Amino acid sequence: MRIVNLIQLALRAIKRNKMRAFLTMLGIIIGVAAVIAMVAIGQGSKQSIQSQLSGMGSNMIVIRPNSNIQGGARLDNTTVQTLTEPDVAALEKDPQYFTAVSPQVSSRGQVINGPNNWTTNIQGVSPDFLKIRSWPLQEGVNFTQQDVKTSAKVCLVGQTIVSNLFPDGSDPIGKMIRFKNIPFKIIGVLSKKGENTFGQDQDDVILAPVTTVQKRILATIYYQTIFASALDEKSTDKAVDEITNVLRASHKLPPGTDDDFTVRSQAELINTFTATSQILTILLAVIAGISLIVGGIGIMNIMYVSVTERTKEIGLRMSIGARGIDILMQFLVEAILISVTGGLIGVAFGIAATKLVTIFLHWPTLVTQASVILSFMVCFITGVFFGYYPALKASKLDPIEALRYE
Amino acid sequence: MNKENSVILDIRNLHREFKMGEETVKALNGVSFTISKGEFVTIMGSSGSGKTTLLNILGCLDKPTSGTYLLDGIDIGKLSKTQLAGYRNRKLGFVFQSYNLLARTSALENVELPLMYNKDFSAKQRKEKALKALEAVGLSQRVHHLPNQLSGGQQQRVAIARALVNDPVMILADEATGNLDTRTSYEIMMLVQELNDVQGKTIVFVTHEPDIASFSKRTITLKDGKIIKDAVNTNVQNAKESLASLPPIDEEITNPVT
Ligand SMILES: Nc1ncnc2c1ncn2[C@@H]1O[C@H](COP(=O)(O)OP(=O)(O)OP(=O)(O)O)[C@@H](O)[C@H]1O
Ligand SMILES: [Mg+2]
Repeated sequence: MRIVNLIQLALRAIKRNKMRAFLTMLGIIIGVAAVIAMVAIGQGSKQSIQSQLSGMGSNMIVIRPNSNIQGGARLDNTTVQTLTEPDVAALEKDPQYFTAVSPQVSSRGQVINGPNNWTTNIQGVSPDFLKIRSWPLQEGVNFTQQDVKTSAKVCLVGQTIVSNLFPDGSDPIGKMIRFKNIPFKIIGVLSKKGENTFGQDQDDVILAPVTTVQKRILATIYYQTIFASALDEKSTDKAVDEITNVLRASHKLPPGTDDDFTVRSQAELINTFTATSQILTILLAVIAGISLIVGGIGIMNIMYVSVTERTKEIGLRMSIGARGIDILMQFLVEAILISVTGGLIGVAFGIAATKLVTIFLHWPTLVTQASVILSFMVCFITGVFFGYYPALKASKLDPIEALRYE
Repeated sequence: MNKENSVILDIRNLHREFKMGEETVKALNGVSFTISKGEFVTIMGSSGSGKTTLLNILGCLDKPTSGTYLLDGIDIGKLSKTQLAGYRNRKLGFVFQSYNLLARTSALENVELPLMYNKDFSAKQRKEKALKALEAVGLSQRVHHLPNQLSGGQQQRVAIARALVNDPVMILADEATGNLDTRTSYEIMMLVQELNDVQGKTIVFVTHEPDIASFSKRTITLKDGKIIKDAVNTNVQNAKESLASLPPIDEEITNPVT
C-alpha cells in the first residue's frame, strides 16, 4: 500500500475511536507539554540571568566575608565580620589587574518624605560603585570621596524610591528625605533598571557614602561586601588571585589556613548558572523520558486491543492479498500518528502554558525551536517503538484463523 | 490446446493433516483433480468432509501437508508467504459466507480494497474498476452505501464485486449463499451463472445445498477428505428460470399490484 493510503487508513481508524485515541494521546500530550513549558522556563531564566550578569559588567568581582571556623554554628555573611577599611586600603594601594574598588554595607528601614513613606534598603558604597555596577545616573551628580571622608548625609535614589516618595512628580534633586530619622539630601537619581531574574526590583535602592551608613545607621566598622572591577574580562582570574593574596596578607593569614573571605568573579557566576541549568536540562530529559515511556506504554496497550478487535479485518485483508508488511505498516502508521498527533497537541499546550506563565507570573520564558523539533522526533520514535510489537503481532496472524475469529 | 480445455488448476494427491495434541485429523486424504478455464464447479459434501480445507488450499491461504498444487502452471507449494499474498491479490477472488465487508466503509471502498494492495493501480484506476465491478453485480445505485445500509443479498453482491475487481483467473466461494434465503440465493446464483457464461470466469463454489449445485456444470463430492464423486452436470438449471418458478412472495399476495 502507498503511504498516503496508509495514513488515510490510520486517520480513519483514529476518527472511529476519537475518545479512545485522545485518552491514549493524553500521556504523550501531558509529557510533551510539560517538557516544552519547563524547557521554556529554564531557557528563559538562563538567558535572562546571562544577559543580566553580563549587563552588570562581566568584569565585576565580589568579595564577601566568610567564616573559616570549621564545624559549630556557621554564621551568615552579614554577621561574619572580617572585611574592614584597611582591606579596601590595601586593595587600592597598588592594583595590577583590577581598577575600581568599592565597599558595601546595607541596612533595611523606612524612608520618609513628609507624609510619604517606603520601606527599602540603603546601601553604603564608595563613589566607584556606580562604575563597577555600570549603573548610570539619570540626573544630578554622584557623591565624592570627600563625602565619604566626612560621612556626608547625601544620597542617590532609584526610580522606585522617587515614585513612592514623590508621587506628585516633583523634582527630587535637592530634597531632604529621612531614613531611620537621619536626614539625607538627594543629589542624584539613578536611571531605571527594572527587575532582575529573581524578581527583585533593582530600582528600589538608596545609595549613600559607605561611612555615613556605617557610622550613622549601622554603628559598625565592618563591610558586608567589597566590589571591584577587573581591568578587562580576560584578567578576571588573575584579578581574583591578586585580590586573594592582598587580602590574605592584610588579614595576616598563615599559609595553609582557609580564607576568611570569598572572591568570586562574574565569569565564575555565569559558569555556576550554566552548570545549574545543565543539571536542570538533564532532569528535564529524565522527566520527558519517563512521561514518554508511560505514554508509549499506553499506545502499545491500545494498539494490542486494536489488533485483537480487528482480527477479522486483518484476516480479510490478508485473504485479498495484503502481505505481512502491509498489515505491519497499517498498525505502525496508526501508532505513529497517535503519538505524533499527541506530540503536536502537547507542543501547542506547552507553548500556551509558557505564555500563561509569562503573562501571569512574569517569569521570563523562551520556547526554542530545538525543544519543539526534539519532542516531535521523540514522539515519532515512541510511536515506532511501542507500535512495532502490536503491529508485528498483527502481521504474523494466520489469515484462516483470523478470518474465523469472532 | 484450445481455450476451453486449458487447465488452470491441477491438484495431485493432496493431503492436509491437523495435529490436535496426540491425534491427527486427516481433513484431506489424497485429493486429485483438475479444473479448466471457464468451468463452474461446485464442491459438495457433509459437514466436516473437508470442503473448506480444500478451498483454503485452492485459495492459497493454506498449504497442503503433502501433494502438489499447480495454479496457472505455477507450483504454489514452493512459494513464500509474501508470494502467496501476491497470488491471492492478482489471481484469485474470494466470496465468504459471512460477506466479510469492512464495517463503516462504503461499498465502493470495499470493492477497491484488493487494488489498494496492488501498486500498479492509481486512485483513479481503482475507482473506475470498482465502479465497473459494482455495475456488473447490479449495484450502481448503491456505491456510497455502507454495509449496514444494505440487505444481506446486496452485501454479498458487494463481496462478489470485490472478488471480481482484480480480474482474477478464478473465483472461490465458500457457502456464499449460506446466510441467504432461497430467493436471494437464486438471485446470487443468477449473477454467478452470468459471470461464468458471459464473462467466462472460472468458479469454484462450495455448498451444502443440492439445488445450488444444480446450477453448476460440474460437482465434486467429498467425504472424509476423499473425493467420492466427480460428475459433469448434464442437467444444468438456469437460475433465472428457477427464480421465476418460485412461489410469489407474501407481499405480492397481500398487496396485489393494481
Ligand atoms: N485448524 C484446524 N485445526 C484442526 N482441525 C481442523 C482445522 N480445520 C479443519 N479441521 C478439521 O478438518 C475437518 C474438515 O474441516 P472443514 O472445515 O474443511 O469441513 P467442511 O467440509 O468445510 O465443513 P462444513 O460444511 O461444516 O463447513 C474437520 O474434521 C475439522 O474438524
Ligand atoms: Mg466449511
